[in-house]
Amino acid sequence: MFVQILLVLFCLLLGEGIVYTTGIKVPPSILGMLFLFLFLKVGIYKESWIKEIAELLLKYLPLFFVPAGVGIMAYLGKIAQNWFGILTASLISFLLVLVVTGWTHQVLRNLGKRKTRHGN
Amino acid sequence: MEINFWTDTLLIVVTVLVFLMAKKLQQITGLLLLNPILAAMLLIMAGLWYLHIPFTRYHQSVQVMEWLLKPAVVALGFPLYLYWETIRKQALPMLVSLLAGSLVGLFSVVVLAKVLGLPKVLILSLAPKSVTSAIAIEVSRMLGGIPSLAAGIAILVGLFGAVFGYPILQFFGVKNPISQALSIGNASHGIGTSRSVEIGQRFGALSTIGLIVNAVLTSLIAPWVLGLMITWGWI
Repeated sequence: MFVQILLVLFCLLLGEGIVYTTGIKVPPSILGMLFLFLFLKVGIYKESWIKEIAELLLKYLPLFFVPAGVGIMAYLGKIAQNWFGILTASLISFLLVLVVTGWTHQVLRNLGKRKTRHGN
Repeated sequence: MEINFWTDTLLIVVTVLVFLMAKKLQQITGLLLLNPILAAMLLIMAGLWYLHIPFTRYHQSVQVMEWLLKPAVVALGFPLYLYWETIRKQALPMLVSLLAGSLVGLFSVVVLAKVLGLPKVLILSLAPKSVTSAIAIEVSRMLGGIPSLAAGIAILVGLFGAVFGYPILQFFGVKNPISQALSIGNASHGIGTSRSVEIGQRFGALSTIGLIVNAVLTSLIAPWVLGLMITWGWI
C-alpha cells in the first residue's frame, strides 16, 4: 500500500513540477490525474498496483472536502448579502448545462446512428 | 484553556467521525437530501460556533485532510482508464456535448451573476460550480475566487442534480438513457453520479465519465474563457 501511495504521489509531483516550471493555469492535481491515466494506458503502471489505493481515495474523496465546505462559515456575511443572486445564477446555469449536454449528446448520437444505417 | 483541549488530532478525528455518522444516517434513511458532506459541514459549523472555536483554528488543524484532496483527484485517473474504451467508442458525441455543456455553464453563470449584481470575487467563485467540489476548490483558487464558496455551491448544485436531474431531463425531452447519465455527471458531478449509481452500474459509469471529462475541460478552459470575459468587461 505504501508503494501504491508513492505511485500516486509521483503523478501529483509531476503535475506540480509542470505547473511551477511553466506557470500554466491548470490545477496540478488535474495534470496528475492525466499522468496516472497515461501511465496506466502505456503500461508503465499496472492496474493492480493502483487499484486499491485509487478505490480507497475515491471512496473517501467527499470527506476530504468537508474542511473547505466548513470554510463557508467565514463568508456567511457576504453570502447572506447576495444569497438570491448566488442561488438564481447557480441553479439556472445548472439547468442549462444539464439540458444542453443531454440534448447535444442525444442529437449527435441519433445523427451518428442514421449515418451508419445509411452506410449499410 | 477550552480551545487548547481541541488538539489537531482531536479535530481531525471528530471531523472523520461526524462524516462517517452522516454517511451511515443517509444509508439508513435513504434520503438523498441528507447528503453526508452537507450534513457533516453543517454539524461541524454548528459545533465550532457552539464551542467558540474560530474557523481559522479549525482550518489549520484539518489541513492534512484538505491536502488529501490532491491525491484523491489524481486517483480519478483510474476510472478514466477503466472507462476509456467506452469513451473512445463514442468520443465525438461525448466530447462535443460535454464541451458544449461546460462552455454554456461557464458563460451562463458568469453572465447571470453579473446581471444579478454579484461582486467579482463571488462571480469567480461561482464559475466552476458544475465541477466536482474537489476541483471547484482548485479552480476557484486559481481564478482568485473563494474556494470554500465554490465547494459549497458545487455541493448544492450536486444535490439539486441528484434530486431533480433525471425528471428535468425527461421533461425537456432528453430521453436517451446514455445522454441522461452523461449530462447528470457533467452538470452535477459526484453527487449526481451517486444517484446514477443507484439507478444502475452503467448509468454510474457514464455519469463518472461526464464528471471526469468535465473536470478536465473546465479546469483547462475556465482561465481562458474568464480571461476573455474580463477583457470584454463582462466581469
